[in-house]
Amino acid sequence: MTRKVLMKGNEAFGEAAIRAGCRFYVGYPITPQNELVEYMSRELPEHGGTFIQSESELATINIAYGIGVAGGDCLISSSSPGIALMQEGFSFACMAEVPIVILNVSRSGPGIGGIQPGQSDYFQMTRGGGNGDYRIPVFTPATMQEAVNTIYGSFEIANRYRNPVSIMVDGMMGQMMEPVVLPEAKAPLAEERIAAEKPWALVGRGTKPTRNVIKAYAPNTTILETQVLRLFKKYESMEAELPEAVLTDVEDAEMVFVAYGSAARIVAEVMTILKERGIRTGLIRPKTVWPFPNGAFDRLGERTKIVVSVELSMGQMIDDIERAVRGRYPVRLINRAGGIIPTSEEISRIAEEMIGAYR
Amino acid sequence: MITTWKTIVAGFGGQGVLTIGRMLAYAGMIEDKEVTFIPSYGAEMRGGTANCTTIVSDHPISSPVINSANLVVAMNLQSLVKFEAMIDTGMYLFYNSSVIKTEPTRNDLQIFPIPANEQASELGAPRSANIVMLGAVIRRTNMLQLDSVESALSKEFYGSKASLLSKNIEALYAFEQ
Repeated sequence: MTRKVLMKGNEAFGEAAIRAGCRFYVGYPITPQNELVEYMSRELPEHGGTFIQSESELATINIAYGIGVAGGDCLISSSSPGIALMQEGFSFACMAEVPIVILNVSRSGPGIGGIQPGQSDYFQMTRGGGNGDYRIPVFTPATMQEAVNTIYGSFEIANRYRNPVSIMVDGMMGQMMEPVVLPEAKAPLAEERIAAEKPWALVGRGTKPTRNVIKAYAPNTTILETQVLRLFKKYESMEAELPEAVLTDVEDAEMVFVAYGSAARIVAEVMTILKERGIRTGLIRPKTVWPFPNGAFDRLGERTKIVVSVELSMGQMIDDIERAVRGRYPVRLINRAGGIIPTSEEISRIAEEMIGAYR
Repeated sequence: MITTWKTIVAGFGGQGVLTIGRMLAYAGMIEDKEVTFIPSYGAEMRGGTANCTTIVSDHPISSPVINSANLVVAMNLQSLVKFEAMIDTGMYLFYNSSVIKTEPTRNDLQIFPIPANEQASELGAPRSANIVMLGAVIRRTNMLQLDSVESALSKEFYGSKASLLSKNIEALYAFEQ
């Protein structure tokens, strides 16, 4: 079963969710993720699923909250400013421990910004805009295949931790076409199996002695602190179990790039260009940005002179890199904003100049 | 022997430029090559400008974004002006001479004026000018097999569009007839 199909990113993301057994999708159109909404409206009913085009992003997250509470595996998607509107609900879903899979096909901001690809939602996704102490894992795939595999696996992760899980890809990945091998279709969770698989879900009390209660409210400080501490035990497990990064040639590199998503793909070409110019480079490509793969930075050796974050933003991931590097190497930034994708030639030129000062 | 084709196809929205780029990607995949396709997106609609980047390679593709192209297909004048400078010396420029009445300024390229609209009209399929162009590109560059492009077309024209397939396959072979 290795038949490749050529699919547009947004459509492949939808197909991956359906094959993972997801039968609920809620969304509201926004570029550059519209094809996903369209795909789900067409394909999900064919699979006996439910497609809901909500009246707003605020409705999207709250409908998803309801679906999650009732034990359904639900995907929601949007792009940057739409995600901003959902963030109150993310905080509620974390407090109430409701699994939801969130896809952000990000564009460039701030504000309505523009529809071209951006990575300026790093803080939005990793720090959240919702209130309170909460965490949501953020996956950052760089190829169509990786995005498909990540979405396919994300429902299991959301259910395992009883927490929302997010996937951040930029508009370029949503819009581009690349061959993928689609994973095997899993059967959706049957309604009569929900009570057994998700004993916390609200499916009716039945013969149970007590009813399940799910709420995002705590009536007093003790109960709230207990709940927050409980959540943070869970976040600690996520920090131990989820961080992932792909390391390329870092041991021998004088210059180590850090980049995720589309930026990482361009950097891979930068490395080839710089090698021809006699510069030894490496790449740390985070596949998760929360939890951040701090351990990857302990692999850098004495040869490394500089760590360079390459971002399609004014520099957001660089904060996490600084924390992971802990002053062992200077950390610099190469970036473009506004939806402009730098070419590998442009980055190579800047990188070459940069390393000159540290040699 | 070019092992990585870095292609830009550009023109008015409605001229089917994205279809040309997508067919190159499809046919490349059918031949088991590595491919990526990125359309420009945004305010492009009928009458606006649209372009896409398709890479077809014998090697794994890291970046889908290109620094320069070895094949540019310009379906209108704006596209010719915009992308002519991006072509590597000695490489390919195809332009739609039915629409573009200005000569390219570069003289270090392999340049092919293709009267795509006229040839498509002669076939009685004026909307297939893009496929006439696609055929010309394939036959002049040999970047892909015509068979695989035909298979790609059959994936594009199916279902309610199935009746358009035979005309488009004719259009694929119109150049040089």
